[in-house]
Amino acid sequence: MQTILKVQNLKKYFPTKKKGVYVKAVDEISFDIFEQDVFALVGESGSGKSTTAYTVVGMYEPTSGKIFYKNFDISYGVDKRPLKLKQEIQIVFQDPGTSLNPSKTVLQIIGAPLTIHKKLRGKSLIEEVLKLLEMVELPSDYLYKLPRDIGGGEKQLIAIARALAPQPSFIVLDEPTSALDVSIQAKIIKTLLRLKEELKLTYLFITHDLSLVRNISNRIAIMYLGKIVEQGPTDRIFSDPAHPYTQMLLSSIPVLTKDEEALKPKHIESTGEIPSPVNVPPGCPFHTRCPFAKQICREKEPPYVEIEPGRIVRCHLFSNGTDGSSKDEEEVQTWS
Amino acid sequence: MYNEEASMVLLARAAQRDRIKRAWYRFSRHKLSIVGLIMVLSIVFIAIFAPYVAPYPEHAGPYVDFGSACEPPSLAHPFGTDAMGRDILSRVFFAFRDALLMGIVVLIIVVPIGSTVGLIGGYFEGKWFSTLIMRITDVFLAIPPLVLALAIAALLRPTLLNSMMAVSVSWWPWYARLVYGMTISLKNEPFVKAAELQGMNKFKIMFSEILPNHLGPILTKMTLDMGWVILTGASLSFVGLGEQPPTPALGTMVSDGAKYLPTYWWISVFPALMIVVIILAFNLLGDGVREMLTSGE
Repeated sequence: MQTILKVQNLKKYFPTKKKGVYVKAVDEISFDIFEQDVFALVGESGSGKSTTAYTVVGMYEPTSGKIFYKNFDISYGVDKRPLKLKQEIQIVFQDPGTSLNPSKTVLQIIGAPLTIHKKLRGKSLIEEVLKLLEMVELPSDYLYKLPRDIGGGEKQLIAIARALAPQPSFIVLDEPTSALDVSIQAKIIKTLLRLKEELKLTYLFITHDLSLVRNISNRIAIMYLGKIVEQGPTDRIFSDPAHPYTQMLLSSIPVLTKDEEALKPKHIESTGEIPSPVNVPPGCPFHTRCPFAKQICREKEPPYVEIEPGRIVRCHLFSNGTDGSSKDEEEVQTWS
Repeated sequence: MYNEEASMVLLARAAQRDRIKRAWYRFSRHKLSIVGLIMVLSIVFIAIFAPYVAPYPEHAGPYVDFGSACEPPSLAHPFGTDAMGRDILSRVFFAFRDALLMGIVVLIIVVPIGSTVGLIGGYFEGKWFSTLIMRITDVFLAIPPLVLALAIAALLRPTLLNSMMAVSVSWWPWYARLVYGMTISLKNEPFVKAAELQGMNKFKIMFSEILPNHLGPILTKMTLDMGWVILTGASLSFVGLGEQPPTPALGTMVSDGAKYLPTYWWISVFPALMIVVIILAFNLLGDGVREMLTSGE
């Protein structure tokens, strides 16, 4: 498996009005995304998942840390990135209502990246846009429509077509379905997965919806207050969640049947709300809501522990010994 | 291939027609907008065809006939005659020409300059040159337009062109301010971010992505401003800083007639009334334009 995107100790702090006080939106996170994978970044609002996405595409410049795209250092803002890179990395925003220019026709919207990256004009531009519309299964008479004449789901398909236009290999999907009706979400997801297979794309999928992630992603990272608390393969995280926060998220997925209920980890009551990233609690940031919080959690920041190959957890419950020893495993069993 | 291309063209035309139809519907929902449109069209028509519409076209020039001076309104002279015996209605018709020219020229100068300043100021908000140009704009805004225009016009030779310049200098900051505010609210919208991330150049982002979204408010303000620019021009000519006699100007006619008030009231009342009519016409039209461009979307 080839690594396509490598994030190393990425930090993004935003200054506040008060001097010396920062919003620690993203705080020392690292992860790797492999080619043709769907990597999901999951977290509540305010966890820093969108900030991570925007830093990857270059909307923000990282405070510190590195981002590598195919071994090419891209840890700087979009203005300094070469055009070729802007073509390779694309983003689909959450709300298609605001990500499409209300005064442009579909042709102009999808055509813009084509004129920038492929220097297409006139007839060849129209032909290419028609091809893209076909790819997202929209009829060709949408060419001259304005965004306000189109439904929400279709707008998102047009935003996807725009992202596909420059033939990228990596697409950041920033909650692409959360602004849409449930009935349309499935269609968007299906289209995204089909396109990924057809065009051999890699996705960084930002979402707060764990149940959605299960069906589409290979690997997951769960963020809490700017930190990744757990990451690993999707099936492992769902079958055996390690971090108490992951367990809390999994047990709060709404289910319909008793069978589904049985699949979930032992119920952990979701308590409290995510604290403000300006005022991150000392020690483990999750200790204010964690049912297993011990004295050490309030004082010391937990280390990253690799409990299985490719599976990293940031929790004191796993760092009792010197390394991931069997004692930890036992403890896992007692509370999961 | 032929068919496909032809159908694309038809499609584009149909979409265009559809948009125009809906815009007209929104405009014509309010009867007063139609009244405004008819009034403006009549004023424009009269201005263009003044030599044919005016009952005494020769009265617009250096014409003197003291025998029929200061005649009250009658069938022969619906607005009466002035102290030189000239038909006021004819002179008002000719005065429409310079009044409209004033409005159009001023707006043609002011809108591109103001919009560009506002766009640059808004898009680069926080950068030093943005702060600089917006503070300069604020200095201009601090002085009432009429006072500034009067001060500038007084410095220059009193001609129509110079009075246009004077009004333009005092008018652009309002467009700069309007576009500045709207640009700030749009520049962080995802669609602008998307264009930036695609690598579109800043010039194109400002003028092609952001500016078209401001067209509604700008066009509305332009229509409303036509009336106010004409009023300011008339104020300048009222104090003798605009077009010089014998060319008829609404402001000059009002001030000339003021000497004969209240006995020969028609000499200044009718030109003044025409200023009111022009402002009213453009205001009604402006409301319709606002309705057409901003609602129902």
